[in-house]
Amino acid sequence: ENFFSEFQMEGVSAENNAIYLELTSENLSRALKTAQNARALKVKLTNKHFPCLTVSIELLSVSSSSRIVTHDIPVKVIPRKLWKDLQEPTVPDSDVSIYLPVLKTMKSIVEKMRNLSNHLIIEANLSGDLNLKIETELVCVTTHFKDLGNPPLASEDASQDRDPEQMAEVRIDIRKLLQFLAGQQVNPTRAVCNIVSNKLVHFDLLHEDVSLQYFIPA
Amino acid sequence: MKCLVTGGNVKVLGKAVHSLSRIGEELYLEPLEDGLSLRTVNSSRSAYACFLFAPLFFQQYQPAAPGQEAPRCKILMKSFLAAFRSLAMVEKSVEKCCISLNGRSSRLVVQLHCRYGVRKTHNLSFQDCESLQAIFDPALCSHVLRAPARVLGEAVLPFPPALAEVTLGIGCGRRVILRSYQEEEADSSVRAMVTEMSIGEEDFQQLQAQEGAAITFCLKEFRGLLSFAESANLSLSIHFDAPGRPAIFAVKDSLLDGHFVLATMSESDLHSPEPHRLVPPLQAHSSTPHLDDFANDDIDSYMIAMETTVDSEGSRAGPSIPLSPGLRPPCSPGPDSEDNDAEPSTEPGTPPPKKFRSLFFGSILSPAHSPPGPSPVLAEDSEGEG
Repeated sequence: ENFFSEFQMEGVSAENNAIYLELTSENLSRALKTAQNARALKVKLTNKHFPCLTVSIELLSVSSSSRIVTHDIPVKVIPRKLWKDLQEPTVPDSDVSIYLPVLKTMKSIVEKMRNLSNHLIIEANLSGDLNLKIETELVCVTTHFKDLGNPPLASEDASQDRDPEQMAEVRIDIRKLLQFLAGQQVNPTRAVCNIVSNKLVHFDLLHEDVSLQYFIPA
Repeated sequence: MKCLVTGGNVKVLGKAVHSLSRIGEELYLEPLEDGLSLRTVNSSRSAYACFLFAPLFFQQYQPAAPGQEAPRCKILMKSFLAAFRSLAMVEKSVEKCCISLNGRSSRLVVQLHCRYGVRKTHNLSFQDCESLQAIFDPALCSHVLRAPARVLGEAVLPFPPALAEVTLGIGCGRRVILRSYQEEEADSSVRAMVTEMSIGEEDFQQLQAQEGAAITFCLKEFRGLLSFAESANLSLSIHFDAPGRPAIFAVKDSLLDGHFVLATMSESDLHSPEPHRLVPPLQAHSSTPHLDDFANDDIDSYMIAMETTVDSEGSRAGPSIPLSPGLRPPCSPGPDSEDNDAEPSTEPGTPPPKKFRSLFFGSILSPAHSPPGPSPVLAEDSEGEG
């Protein structure tokens, strides 16, 4: 809530104080593109013959008068009975948790690897080592990152039992990883990668007031 | 005819051709006393564009060989554009551009003199044709807006490039509003995003319109002129009237002027499922405008009918429809259909009924054939530059 200068929301009911909306992401992306030089931006849920997310942008203008762009993005309000399908998935505790290297570097490496293989293996250990590997019939390429640091693990037992040098790995679709990396424009304050061996990789990013989580299954 | 363009003006010419190529498939080139005119019209006759380059724009301007009539050529737009295809290349390496036509040649020659002694010559085939003239008068439009092209360029920025139509109007507080126009979709599950841009009056150099005045026109066609105006750093003025009447977009400087005349949607169009760009025709025998589509019209047949002099030989033109010069076949008395029906079928071999369905191409025949009372919008001198 601190992210916004004004925040007003009333959900379905007091217990279910949330509203779930479905929209075409391209519309929202296009609407927000015009906000690059905005003085202020307001997002409202409106009803203009059909439910819309109205994004109202006040642009910086050289002249004294302001310029206002309004985008009405058609949305579909999701009924409460479907909300459970959209909940954050429960994930098993991760085997390894490690801080990510500079995302831009990671992105350019993964981009190059994409040309060679459709799948990529991420492996990391509790000693701050992270490897990105691809293996094909013709070639194996591995990029090693060292001294990345590991965030303190939630459960003390787990960290004691585990050999710090032991790698936990997961094999994922490289395109999904690229989609995630391509979307990151700014370096986050904190970026953690959690690996559940052979099952899932979970990226947890924190930018000042905003948290972004990405789950990619094996 | 010989026109020589040098220096930065070559790029301006190239940019103008690019703009015109957004409208029509054929370029009408005609050297006039006032300058070189380049005109085009789109296939549905709902958009007309023309640029007039004054003689001073050229290093050398010779509209016609002495003793000869100035030529009037119709060239395939793609062919002409090919010479100016890459504006970056034109800007960087072209020093001079010479457009010429000698009486005997059946080719229009566009020759680019480039750096390092390179010369690129385009020999373009063309057709002789009659003058493409549209009759319109910005002064007769009740509403005018004028702003630097940059302001309008920023105004259309939030709209997707694929957007076909946009509505321009004056809103509360005399703000200029641009809103994306979407057809009513029968299939309500697929809805499009609506974008609206509101600009204050202060950004305009001239705003003479009442609140509530609005027109809907094709954004894609307008972008053609807008990009030209932006690159030439000119102001663009928009003259418009009631919905349905064409809107005139104009740019001007000391060496050139450009006009894009675009049809606007009429009130009934705005509510119909299929927006068609219809313009009221000028009927010879009736003063009530009818909404018509003129998809079947052939512009050449109009051109033949619109001889400027009754005794013109018309021998230069090679029309497919035989028609004695200066004569206009009798108007078919049948009323036009109000909706988008197919044109009344014509017997093969006879010219189509000469109801002037196009707003632009009003009659400039000798008075005996002209309509009794010209409709106000079209009452410009036939000498007026179209």
